[in-house]
Amino acid sequence: MNNPFLKIDNLSKNYGETQALSEISLSLYAEELLVILGPTGAGKTTLLRIIAGLEAADTGRITVNGTDITHQLPAERDVALVFQNFSLYPNKTVRQNLEFPLQAPGRNLSKTDIANRISHTADLLRITPLLHRPATHLSGGEMQRVAIGRAIVRQPQLFLLDEPLTNLDAKLREVLRVELIRLQRNLRTPMIYVTHDRVEALSMGDRIAVLSEGKILQIGSPEEIYQQPNSPTVARQLGYPPINTIDVQKRQNQWFTASNHAIMAADHNVPSNATLGIRGEDISPQGGEISATIEVIEDLGASTILLANWAGQPIQILTSGEQQWRVGDEIYPSIDPDRVLVWRTTDEQG
Amino acid sequence: MKYSRWLVIIPYFFLATLPLCWLLLTSLKTQEAAISSTASLIPTTAENLAPGDLSFSVTLDAYRKLATPHTGKAHAFFHYLLNSVIIGLLSTLTSVVLGTGCAYGFSRFRIAGARDWLFFILSTRFLPPLAVVVPVLMMYRVFNLPNTHLGLILLYTAFNLSLAVWLMKGFIDEIPRAYEEAALVDGYSPLQAFYKIILPHSATGMAVTAVFCLISAWNEYGFALALNNAEAVTVPVYFAGLQGNIQGIPWPQIAAGVLIFVVPIAVFTVLVRNHLLRGVTFGTIKQ
Repeated sequence: MNNPFLKIDNLSKNYGETQALSEISLSLYAEELLVILGPTGAGKTTLLRIIAGLEAADTGRITVNGTDITHQLPAERDVALVFQNFSLYPNKTVRQNLEFPLQAPGRNLSKTDIANRISHTADLLRITPLLHRPATHLSGGEMQRVAIGRAIVRQPQLFLLDEPLTNLDAKLREVLRVELIRLQRNLRTPMIYVTHDRVEALSMGDRIAVLSEGKILQIGSPEEIYQQPNSPTVARQLGYPPINTIDVQKRQNQWFTASNHAIMAADHNVPSNATLGIRGEDISPQGGEISATIEVIEDLGASTILLANWAGQPIQILTSGEQQWRVGDEIYPSIDPDRVLVWRTTDEQG
Repeated sequence: MKYSRWLVIIPYFFLATLPLCWLLLTSLKTQEAAISSTASLIPTTAENLAPGDLSFSVTLDAYRKLATPHTGKAHAFFHYLLNSVIIGLLSTLTSVVLGTGCAYGFSRFRIAGARDWLFFILSTRFLPPLAVVVPVLMMYRVFNLPNTHLGLILLYTAFNLSLAVWLMKGFIDEIPRAYEEAALVDGYSPLQAFYKIILPHSATGMAVTAVFCLISAWNEYGFALALNNAEAVTVPVYFAGLQGNIQGIPWPQIAAGVLIFVVPIAVFTVLVRNHLLRGVTFGTIKQ
């Protein structure tokens, strides 16, 4: 690939004893939308704030187009940050909120330029009717549109979005998600999008970086992350129902569970202790040899999730909604062997 | 229910305004009517009323006399009022400005021993101010500060600053950092973010702090008396000094002067009333 637009090298940050970020290295390419996916407390927000310049890293370097910006003030970086809690200026109207970044010293925009940019941005986000309203008189969705407007009206060289849809209700979240993707494609400005939502990550990202406990576990396209996660932790970030992980031991070319059930054949070139990752859609409820009992049924409409106890393991099976199941039914789960992920067991993964 | 609160408000209103009404009546009387042993309550324009009458004839003499120096005094009342205004306003302004800056620092930056510093600042209020009159006077003599406006301004600022810092810190703590951070990302320097974002949002706190500082400086008596005998005498000291006056105590003039003295504080408090009552939560940060 060509040279990255943004490059982060070995970035670390501690808060006292707590390590928030540990040796983060990643690149962002021109026009790319990179999703940083991770659970709460993984360090996602800290990473964004360091890129924006609101916090300083302990060690590491950030470069934009080859220029070192590690020690620049936020104002010098020309990045726009959309906060999870919107952070509109409450004593200003929507128009004044959009004007404020354009009036910053050093931008030297004429009044006409400012007015043009605002009307263009307002059209784009369909907030024109709201322009005269005080920022305090907006609904959550309107606030977030204005917050996104405040970011794009500046035409920055980089967008940072910190869980921008988390505080919105589910329906609005879907609408704005689609709008955001379209917006980013049109503006062609690189964007880093932080979320803990697997659906947002899969549907929006050109690439996904999975962050957990301050470390980047894997970076890749959504397909790569979903199909070839390099650890159980990464695998658990994506997919619903969550991936089934089963600790196994190899004996006589069979995988044995802790309860001593041989659940499937093992290749000869794999380690003797491993964790198997099996997605719910890769198990069918019939056709296997070991019986299981259905304990919980979660009906999703088009499909059904069965939670069953199988070979001493709780497993989740995703089935089509056609067949009727009842709690207590006996099933014989079978695994699609080509789809099983095998990870060498290390102490860390326990 | 709707009307029952007036059962409380109306009697309380009369009770609270009774002293002011009495001042107003007294200020409209002649010296003789003011010190008469029978109270006359009804102002009339009639003259030559019989002694013991419930009415008294209205005169604005007391107000006129405020403009000329009273017997034994160097200046007229308005001179001392001006002293009070200068000292009160400047010490309030200084307290609020310094207090806001200091509170912002404590609120937003990591300061070594911040809690200890804040406790130290609060501890300056533990001692009754009058306990330090003598050392302050001795110190002031060294610097030629007695009898100066500057002396009292510095003193009131010093006493009010601890209050100002604590009050303002409370208010600034309530302003979400996210607003400033948004301004920083929007292209403003930290200093610009302070006066574009923090200051407008602190207006409520500054108004509240100003009311408290002004009232305490305006009404202060002990130090104003101890540190002054001529140039920077404030209104409370001036009135107290009229006791034992060779012509007796000029009650109508004192009443007139006190009314004028009370008005600015009352007006100021009413002006910032909305600020005093308004909350500081704004509602555009969704938690």
